[in-house]
Amino acid sequence: MPDSSSSKRPASSTAARNGSAPSGASADAASSPTGPLSTPDPVESDALARAQAGDHIAFAHLYSLHKRRIYSLCLRMVGNIAEAEDLTQEAFLQLHRKIATFRGDSAFSTWLHRLAINVVLMQLRKKGLSLISLDEAMEPAPEEGPGRSFGASDLVLSGAIDRLALERAVADLPAGYRLIFILHDVEGYEHNEIAAMLDCSIGNSKSQLHKARLKLREALRAQPAPEPSSRTSPQATEEEVHS
Amino acid sequence: MKSSPENMNCTDFQAHLPELIASGEDLSSHPHFSTCELCRALLADLETIAQAARDLFPSVEPPDDLWSHIETAIQAESNSNSSPAKPQQRPDSK
Repeated sequence: MPDSSSSKRPASSTAARNGSAPSGASADAASSPTGPLSTPDPVESDALARAQAGDHIAFAHLYSLHKRRIYSLCLRMVGNIAEAEDLTQEAFLQLHRKIATFRGDSAFSTWLHRLAINVVLMQLRKKGLSLISLDEAMEPAPEEGPGRSFGASDLVLSGAIDRLALERAVADLPAGYRLIFILHDVEGYEHNEIAAMLDCSIGNSKSQLHKARLKLREALRAQPAPEPSSRTSPQATEEEVHS
Repeated sequence: MKSSPENMNCTDFQAHLPELIASGEDLSSHPHFSTCELCRALLADLETIAQAARDLFPSVEPPDDLWSHIETAIQAESNSNSSPAKPQQRPDSK
């Protein structure tokens, strides 16, 4: 199976809505997590330069450009609206403190995305999340090894999947597994990037992602099969996107 | 001792799956994969989950009043001469 990390994609593909941007901008500055795929937006570059010089209105403009992506990232990672709002606030406070140190070695959106992830990770660590200990705690007992993790021939997941059921299953994952799954399969980060962010080994990242997917499969198979009309096949999703 | 691909049983194959999947190589030509329906099914399901993940959690707008809370907190920090102030908790924060 080709790994989903082989093709980078924008972290947020849904079209931005008009919203409460303080300076009137509404489009989110979504891009690949690891870097820009196109030239930097001159409007953003100008706002960035002015914000670095202490211009509050320019900072507000940067907020309006990036709020949707950062809030969505926080919400995906913690799965709780109130917490996501607090973390978004903290991420932009951190941005305000550190914006003068941005030197342009990477795209600003990439830098901000990483900053926000670090804010979330710090919060999760404060709450006692330890990826390594979690991984060890979730290690199956020998008699429940991988050879027995499946066996039924009715493949509930073949070719179609209920998106809402999968989102619920992701939300129910243990925090460490959810984190790796979101960062890799949803946000599109590579294992080496995740390992660096989480201060764990690349092998640990691969292993936890695999276990997360296994747990999701287990959760989805435990559910009653949805009506055909509520299922979403990858092809159908593709068609919906292009329609 | 490491099992060769030809001699792998399901347990061996699945123990190597995280690495095999992450390598991005085409597993359809793997000797175990070509003979084991259960492992083929497992892999198909995991692939379906990974593909479906791309469409999960569409991005959403934060609430309109979040900016005003951030502004207030920035202002509070700017007014503070000591170390960075603790971010102001929003009134509705849990």
